[in-house]
Amino acid sequence: MAKMTVEDLRKLREKKQNELNKRDINGKDCQVIIGMGTCGIAAGAKVVLDTFLKVLDEHKITNVAVTQTGCMGLCYVEPTVEVLVPGMPDTIYGKVDADTVRKIVVQHIIDKKLVADHVYDRPSADIIKNGGR
Amino acid sequence: MHVFLCDFLLDIVQNSLEADSGTVSILIEEDRRMIRFTVADDGKGMSEETQAKAQDPFYTDGIKHAKRKVGLGIPFLKQTVDETGGEFSLTSAEGKGTTVRFGFDMMHVDTPPFGDLPSTLVAVFSYPASCEIVAKRSLSTSLGSGKWEVRRSLLLDALGDLRSSGSLVLLEQYLRSQEDDLDAIRISHDPEIR
Ligand SMILES: Nc1ncnc2c1ncn2[C@@H]1O[C@H](COP(=O)(O)OP(=O)(O)OP(=O)(O)O)[C@@H](O)[C@H]1O
Ligand code: FES
Ligand SMILES: [Mg+2]
Repeated sequence: MAKMTVEDLRKLREKKQNELNKRDINGKDCQVIIGMGTCGIAAGAKVVLDTFLKVLDEHKITNVAVTQTGCMGLCYVEPTVEVLVPGMPDTIYGKVDADTVRKIVVQHIIDKKLVADHVYDRPSADIIKNGGR
Repeated sequence: MHVFLCDFLLDIVQNSLEADSGTVSILIEEDRRMIRFTVADDGKGMSEETQAKAQDPFYTDGIKHAKRKVGLGIPFLKQTVDETGGEFSLTSAEGKGTTVRFGFDMMHVDTPPFGDLPSTLVAVFSYPASCEIVAKRSLSTSLGSGKWEVRRSLLLDALGDLRSSGSLVLLEQYLRSQEDDLDAIRISHDPEIR
């Protein structure tokens, strides 16, 4: 791809916004929080982030908030992802790989069903105190 | 375990983003042999004692990582640098800020591969912090050079937000186009490298 300028980026954004505004219902008020502490990164959290962006884009969903948190105290099941979807219980998935990400997007975010075999605990006590941050 | 140099970069940058910094600047300088990273912040800095602890593989505060056996982060970076003939330095002053520099010899067989800079910087720019982040990248070849630079504030202005999946997809495309440009320069100037 030719080297883009920030102006190109702005135009692309405006174009996309006009195209997608109308049908962007699936991701409304949804949030995905990826555990990006040292353990998370070591366990592949960056691949998880990349894959979320890719799969959401494939499904033409542009309005899911994709954010990060540091350590969730769940080292042993990293990479972890907390998924907040209106009408669904707040859920933490562990041992997430590219395949699980695909399931989270299709089953949890679009079909509103849990991806049962990857559900883990709530975060540890000191994290809850900070409101999940 | 870390596999890519970009994972070290992300780890070090996160420390700066967590240090109440106003500006975090990231420099990635590549020549035909070395890739050098500089991460500088004007955040809370570290006392001598904290600096020593941060570099000690067996130190952990025991709260944040209850289940973790040893510290990772800086100690692991230093170890990898030592094993591959690279460079590392950390300077910090309390209340002033911290600068971490590290460099890798890309000809050394044990040097981890570079990794994917665009997706690493997507993680950096979408990190939930409100400080300015400046990333500067340069390449110098046997025949010339190439470079690009990007600021968080400009990206935020162009994209409206750095949190929705739609914005981050565009951000990734933007960063990739910058790296593609350097790749083209590298291939045409020094076809034997990488
Ligand atoms: N740029 C910095 N500014 C201020 N303090 C820092 C900086 N970098 C590291 N530190 C200090 O060094 C400590 C150890 O850093 P390290 O990255 O190894 O672990 P951590 O940041 O606590 O945990 P993790 O990276 O796994 O989330 C930090 O907790 C912090 O106190
Ligand atoms: S990131 Fe693993 S225990 Fe903190
Ligand atoms: Mg850290």
